[in-house]
Amino acid sequence: MSVAFWALAVLAVAAGVTVFVVDSMARATFALLASLLAVGGTFLLIDLRYLGVLIVLMMVMEMMIMAVFMIMYMMNPAGLMPMKMVHNNRVAAIIAGTVFVLLAAGTLFTPWPAAKERPGGDPTHALGLSIMGPKMLVMMVIGVAILATMISTVVLATHKGRYDR
Amino acid sequence: MTLQGFLLLAAALFAVGLYGALSQQSIVMLMMGLELMINGLIVAGGAFWYYLAPQNADGQVLVLVAVTVMALEMAVGFAVVTAIFRARDVDTTDDAGDLKE
Amino acid sequence: MPSEVLGLAAALAALVWGAAALDARLGASPQSRLVGGGVARPWREAARLLVQQRRRTLLPDVLLTRIGVLTLLLAPVLAATVLPLGGAPVADLDVGVVWFNAMEVCVWAALWLIGWGANSVYPLIGAYRYVAQGLAYELPHMFALITVAVGAGSLRMTDIVQAQHGLWYAVRMPVAFLVYLVSALAMAFWGPMGQPLGRDLAGGVPAELSGADRLLFLAGRYAVLVVVAAAAVPLFLGGGAGPLLPAWAWTLVKTVAVLVLLVVARHRLPAVRMDRFMGFSWLVLIPLTLAQLLVVGIVVLP
Repeated sequence: MSVAFWALAVLAVAAGVTVFVVDSMARATFALLASLLAVGGTFLLIDLRYLGVLIVLMMVMEMMIMAVFMIMYMMNPAGLMPMKMVHNNRVAAIIAGTVFVLLAAGTLFTPWPAAKERPGGDPTHALGLSIMGPKMLVMMVIGVAILATMISTVVLATHKGRYDR
Repeated sequence: MTLQGFLLLAAALFAVGLYGALSQQSIVMLMMGLELMINGLIVAGGAFWYYLAPQNADGQVLVLVAVTVMALEMAVGFAVVTAIFRARDVDTTDDAGDLKE
Repeated sequence: MPSEVLGLAAALAALVWGAAALDARLGASPQSRLVGGGVARPWREAARLLVQQRRRTLLPDVLLTRIGVLTLLLAPVLAATVLPLGGAPVADLDVGVVWFNAMEVCVWAALWLIGWGANSVYPLIGAYRYVAQGLAYELPHMFALITVAVGAGSLRMTDIVQAQHGLWYAVRMPVAFLVYLVSALAMAFWGPMGQPLGRDLAGGVPAELSGADRLLFLAGRYAVLVVVAAAAVPLFLGGGAGPLLPAWAWTLVKTVAVLVLLVVARHRLPAVRMDRFMGFSWLVLIPLTLAQLLVVGIVVLP
């Protein structure tokens, strides 16, 4: 279990770094997908089977849509001409490094409470009961947010007005 | 496999994503950085649920919300890129700087 | 466990060969049919591809192509691990339906990678067609699967089979079953939904594949077809339930029946353009499946 977790963790971070290293945008997109899938894999190790598989399902679809837009908008999607498109590289690296050190220090030096005993039963079942009961408001807000996103994206992205087709 | 391990993974993913979001010029690449940051958030949410509060499903709900946020972020992001690209044929943040004026 | 793995592998291999042979037989001209053309075609084609020299395009992304070809073969095999072949499946996941769905979405990524990797126009257009088609079929497909899960009150495949002891879901939720069959065609880019590999694209996605790569691609594509046909059995056709014969035999018989239906559909139905299918899917299929879900939800309400 532990070996599997660390292997997946290293894979996730390495793939995440690869995203910003490779020239080919297609490879960058699929490196990001690899990172997301590795995280889904770690969820399978901690009983979150539903969420882990759901992440795999959602992220593959998302990355396919990302691939479409990437080719639409990048001037060099295959990375055939090596080029760098970054700004503030050094500052960004310093900020990101500092954030990592702070978060890691917080992780290691916080006295986390000891693990409580695990309630039996299916976590998926508990999740379902939760979002259909006490957390229903969250899901309703998400539903409205999705609707608002659909409308706003269509408005933003359509070339023509409302009346000409 | 401990809570610390998961949180370190989350911190690393978040930091890598932050670097990407700050340094990339292309909006598409910038959004990949944002996705990585939310990815870190998802790891942390799942780990907190498993190690600290497995009694109720709040942590799982958080993960569910984060996954949705990821999808929405991407949808709105691409719609904005499409709008900017259509208006002025650019796809980088530097070229869109005058939007703030 | 090992016996189940072996059984699954043998069944998949046999069905893949059977589907390819039947497809070749139906596609063969009447003259070649008289001399037994068709049935031996898959073997001859495999042998030819194995000794064929690889062709290369200019500046291909070989790594991504290889990943795509392997994913196209692995995804249906992994999806099949949750399907019960009579007895218990290889992996009786409690989220089996979601697992099946996730693995079958990986086919999108596989096809896109293959289409992209060749650095050639026609494969890439084919890959885009498949992504568009995927976005069209996926939502009705998911709603059909959710309807089944709601009806059975479980995401586990064996529970779903158990729940159909009285009446098959194909009878109890016919709309979901029909939508599943349509989306199965789209998912396997087969027959009327075969535009990603269309003749107008010189073969589409695998146009530049040759040799062993092409062989793996063809095996993967027939495996996808077999697995979507096989999944219809536990989901809608009562799994291994049936008189006289043992459960595995009934599962096999039903799978072959669905598979034959899909293969024959390829040679009988006209092609559908994916943009028309998109409109039809979102305007007709999604409301229909939602209505079906509502009906099933009301029926199972205790």
